[in-house]
Amino acid sequence: MKLGATWWFGIVAVVLLVLLPPIASFTQQEFYIGVATRVLAYAIAVSSLNLVLGHGGMLSLAQGSLLGAGAYTTAILTVEATKDVTFLPGATSAWITWPAAMLVGALLGLAIASISLRTRAIFFLMITLAFNQMLYYLFFSMKVYGGDDGLGMAARSDLLPGLALENDTVFFYVALALFAIFTFVQHRLVHSRFGRVLEGIRINEPRMQALGFDTYRYKLVCFAIGGAGSGLAGALLANKNLFVSPGLLDWLQSGTLLVMTILGGVGQLWGGLLGAAAYLVIEELLSAYTQRWQIGLGVALIAVTLYAPRGLGALFVPRRP
Amino acid sequence: MSPVLATTSLRKRFGGITATDDVSLDVAAHEVHALIGPNGAGKSTLIGQLAGTLRPDGGTILCNGLDVTHMPAHKRVAHGLARSYQITSTFRGLTVLDNLVLAVQATAGSSFRFWRPASAEASLYDRAREVAALVDLSAREDVLVDHLSHGEERQLEVGLALASRPRVLLLDEPMAGMGKEESARMLHLIERLRSSTTVLLVEHDMAAVFRLADRITVLVYGRVIASGKPDEIRRDREVREAYLGAAAS
Repeated sequence: MKLGATWWFGIVAVVLLVLLPPIASFTQQEFYIGVATRVLAYAIAVSSLNLVLGHGGMLSLAQGSLLGAGAYTTAILTVEATKDVTFLPGATSAWITWPAAMLVGALLGLAIASISLRTRAIFFLMITLAFNQMLYYLFFSMKVYGGDDGLGMAARSDLLPGLALENDTVFFYVALALFAIFTFVQHRLVHSRFGRVLEGIRINEPRMQALGFDTYRYKLVCFAIGGAGSGLAGALLANKNLFVSPGLLDWLQSGTLLVMTILGGVGQLWGGLLGAAAYLVIEELLSAYTQRWQIGLGVALIAVTLYAPRGLGALFVPRRP
Repeated sequence: MSPVLATTSLRKRFGGITATDDVSLDVAAHEVHALIGPNGAGKSTLIGQLAGTLRPDGGTILCNGLDVTHMPAHKRVAHGLARSYQITSTFRGLTVLDNLVLAVQATAGSSFRFWRPASAEASLYDRAREVAALVDLSAREDVLVDHLSHGEERQLEVGLALASRPRVLLLDEPMAGMGKEESARMLHLIERLRSSTTVLLVEHDMAAVFRLADRITVLVYGRVIASGKPDEIRRDREVREAYLGAAAS
């Protein structure tokens, strides 16, 4: 069965991640629990982009802004909850702030895609970039919420009584659970009727239209789902750092997500995790020695495109006969 | 009997060239209607307008009595119109069966289903196998389309169009680039379709056209210069001068 290797990889990866906090505590390297949480948040964002790019065939540079908008949604709701006078009802419950981040990501994705999808190829890339920068400057100029200084959160969201997200280990496990759920949803989606249609559109869109598919609508929904995932990743990052800034929405962020996707493998189920892990571990390890750690990243990117063009995720999946 | 597909005064221009010039065409139910003409006569342009990928500049297209002139391509499929391409257009990297399953999916209920694996839907696969049998590809179901012979890929091309059970099938040069044996197989395939659907056939292989067609319309420089039964077309002087030449004698 084709799925075999993919499933085994997933099981091993999740078990290793579950064991990570106790090992980190034992070796007094708790710092890496935070790094791993960041990896998981980015893994969700990269998987979302992978849905849009790898399955929907849409090369988008707006994904960073959707992630940032999700992060800001969570931060703004949290900050509003502590104010006496507000013009937004605030919330500290993760059951409100995180779904709200997903909703904002999905709606913004829908709005951006509804216009961008009327163009193609390089024009699509450019118009998504333009939308990304519009959102960037929107948050950049919102003085109420810190403007270019960013916005701090007093505390992480409340998830369940007795489950304190302030504890980095607890927060890591919550992120891991969300990542696992997200990956399972992604797996189901890709093999559903909807996923098959996306695959068809990626391979040959004119033929799909000739067969009777309204391809625009499928791509729109795909983009919105990707937006929701990016929004969730943003909510996790905001909670992780207790701080959001316009830098989260910068188009460089969109580029970073794209590099992670290519490292991990376009269209690969575990591409999100592997891509985010490879990128952030390289950053973490090399930035200790030099500010120019991106040289190392460049070498890794060249190596992957030359020797594993289908990405790190493909190394664990047998090629189709 | 009212035609299943009809155009009235259809016009399409590309810059200074009139590719479709006042074309009125009737295709009756269950006939094989051939559209012939020299290269550049506007046959594919006409097919494009009928299928909905090209926008006519004037005139109307009726499909089963319904005005579809401005209907997008994907909606026309729901009204019983399907097309095949002159240049093979299949889904590379997928098997023959998965290609057909996609085609079946297009008209078998909503595909905005996000959870249940498509592979669990036996009805999709049953219909896809049916179509595979119809186009003589049953033995090749699990082969990637990339590994098909040219003739087999042309058969799949027709199969993709057939999956939606069209009432009108537009076949754009189904025998393009085929050898003798492959052509003969395609000819039998189109012969078999006659009972279930109406076919508008664009084809350069005159032997095949005269064997298959109930009626023939001849297009030259975007204009219809003749339309009628094969015998009438064969005798038509204008057609012989413009196009048929030695082939019809």
